Amino acid sequence: MKRRTLLATAALGLGLAFGGAASAQGMDKVKACFVYVGPIGDLGWTYQHHQGALALQAEYGDKVEIAYQENVPEGADAERVLTQMALSGCNIIFTTSFGYMDATNSVAAKFPDIKFEHATGYKREHPNVSTYNARFYEGRAIQGHIAGKMTKTDKIGYIGSFPIPEVVMGINSYFLHARKVNPDVELSVVWAFTWFDPAKEADAAKALIDQGVDVIASHTDSTAPLAEAAKTNGAVIGFGQASDMADFKPSPRVSSIIDNWNPYYIKRVGQLLDGTYAQTDSWAGIPEGEVEIGEITDAVPADVKAEAEAMRDAIAAGTYHPFTGPINKQDGTPWLAEGVTAPDGDLLGMNFYVEGIVGDIPK
Amino acid sequence: MIRLEKRPSPSRFWQGATPVLAVVLTMIAGGLMFAALGKNPVEAIRTIFWDPLFNPQFAAYSRPQLLVKAGPLILIAVGLSLGFRAGIWNIGAEGQYIMGALFGAGVGLAFYPAEHWFIFPLMVIAGAFGGWIWAMVPAILKTRFNTNEILVSLLMVYIAQNLLASMSLGLLRNPEGGGFPGSRNLSQYPAASNPELIAGTGMHWGVIAAFVAVIAAYVLLQRHILGFHIKLAGQAPKAARFAGVNPTGLVLLCMGISGALAGLAGLFEVSGPAGQISIDFNVGYGFTAIIVAFLGRLNPIGILLAGLLMALTYIGGELAQFMLGLPAAAIQAFQGMLLFFLLAVDLLSNYRIRLGATGEAAR
Repeated sequence: MKRRTLLATAALGLGLAFGGAASAQGMDKVKACFVYVGPIGDLGWTYQHHQGALALQAEYGDKVEIAYQENVPEGADAERVLTQMALSGCNIIFTTSFGYMDATNSVAAKFPDIKFEHATGYKREHPNVSTYNARFYEGRAIQGHIAGKMTKTDKIGYIGSFPIPEVVMGINSYFLHARKVNPDVELSVVWAFTWFDPAKEADAAKALIDQGVDVIASHTDSTAPLAEAAKTNGAVIGFGQASDMADFKPSPRVSSIIDNWNPYYIKRVGQLLDGTYAQTDSWAGIPEGEVEIGEITDAVPADVKAEAEAMRDAIAAGTYHPFTGPINKQDGTPWLAEGVTAPDGDLLGMNFYVEGIVGDIPK
Repeated sequence: MIRLEKRPSPSRFWQGATPVLAVVLTMIAGGLMFAALGKNPVEAIRTIFWDPLFNPQFAAYSRPQLLVKAGPLILIAVGLSLGFRAGIWNIGAEGQYIMGALFGAGVGLAFYPAEHWFIFPLMVIAGAFGGWIWAMVPAILKTRFNTNEILVSLLMVYIAQNLLASMSLGLLRNPEGGGFPGSRNLSQYPAASNPELIAGTGMHWGVIAAFVAVIAAYVLLQRHILGFHIKLAGQAPKAARFAGVNPTGLVLLCMGISGALAGLAGLFEVSGPAGQISIDFNVGYGFTAIIVAFLGRLNPIGILLAGLLMALTYIGGELAQFMLGLPAAAIQAFQGMLLFFLLAVDLLSNYRIRLGATGEAAR
């Protein structure tokens, strides 16, 4: 009990020092802190979050101070890092990986005056915990379309990180849209069981290429899969993941999904400054600009490019949902009836493949 | 000319002084590196070594965390040091640590949600057994087939890691976790949890076990015939044979003790600070403990101090990262320097440095 009291006192003291904890009053200056799972130089997931942090700094200048820590393991260490950040006077802490979920919630309980924002999680056990995510599956639909049109071997691949709903959702969206334009297409999934490990990611890409796959999408954070594809003299193409990865243009990188966290970070810290901040569960996508489709290069024929861009625009306009029925589950049971779009709840708990994907989700 | 002259017997003074000298040299070289990165070296060193202990903002939280971080390192390193002294090289403590956690957590979760006093003691036994059995594989392969225990124990780490991933996704997965990998949180299951025993101290059963191990190892090495055999086997294997030391028994014993202690460390970590089995539960304690064992000169008291010092560089390193914006890689390089300098100045224990060509050279 002593420690809790002590922490609460410390938190209270800091809250007062930084101009009032009650969000309704607004603040003069916000210290925004970021916890990263990889290095900021990964050129993927963490890089993009850090770009968001820098954009936040640029937007508010002196009114915002940012601090961050890289390579924080998703386990016992995360809780300590978060507590130390809270003690150091952070007003809002963004924890940018799924594995920080329990640590974020347990530290949030001890610092009720500090706001916690957890990316890609689903637990909001305390009023000061919000969650945010992006609808990456919207971008996967466009990649799937390009993959279905571009493959010559009718074999496309996907490097999965962990078999969690967010990733399964991406695989399903990618496959559905490839199959829609190419009924012969087959999908191979390789699980890397890591978010960031260039060596493992490269091995996964090699395994796919050995199987005859010629279009690779990845759900891991580094550029290693594109680097492997680049060794094939144009035979294999892929996509930038999380970041544009423009160094691999025009091929093997023919397009990309860019996570643009800038608007979200600017919005949330802005709300903290002006006193309108409230707990949320945010899930924005292409329409809000949180998911961007990187330039589709000339390696893709003009008609395919035009179709892909039309799909992007339809998603942006809200006239097309990537999961629109009829869609069956892998075992043939119906999931979505004709014309029905997937409810968010189904997507957030997605633990099944759609019909046509061969293989099992690791159990 | 600078010459090295072998001492007739290792210098007692330098044996004690080299770890201190290594720390000082690390501070100097690390300071130069931090300066090259554009940071104030004095501030960086102070943040790493002073702030976690004495900064009023952090110390109340960081000091107990020192024990939390050092506990598993000391527990594992004490076990390893016994083998290292006897010339038995168990490099696979990381795998034994994982297996201890898996066995222990498995037993605890099997009882969920029952509340019995005997659950935690059973888990402790299972944890020690898990580590022990994993260490028995290289031990028996060595005694039966004369395989190299360094290679086998190291390779067993990778098997353990894959088992860990498979368990987090399958058998031990939280059935209420919405398909996400990872077990139930043991810290939220009172009968199986290893909580902080005295609030605000960081003291949990694992830390107590580490202290007990230090004392037991000290007594063993100083007062017990077995300790004499261990030391003799390392220093003079032939003499040990004549003294009636059974080499097979010694291998089984040393590997067994180090495996069991590493397993215990894993069990205390999974039921306490980490809370759950997850894919990346292990964060390298088993490997870092090798550094700790040598930093502490394979002496139980030395290991206690070395473990605390190593924990300090971790916690202080984290502070330096987000307080000063030092890159994570610089902190790792700093820790690497510590081992490098220790091994380098170790030379002084066994050799004397002579300047200039004296007549003694001809001797």
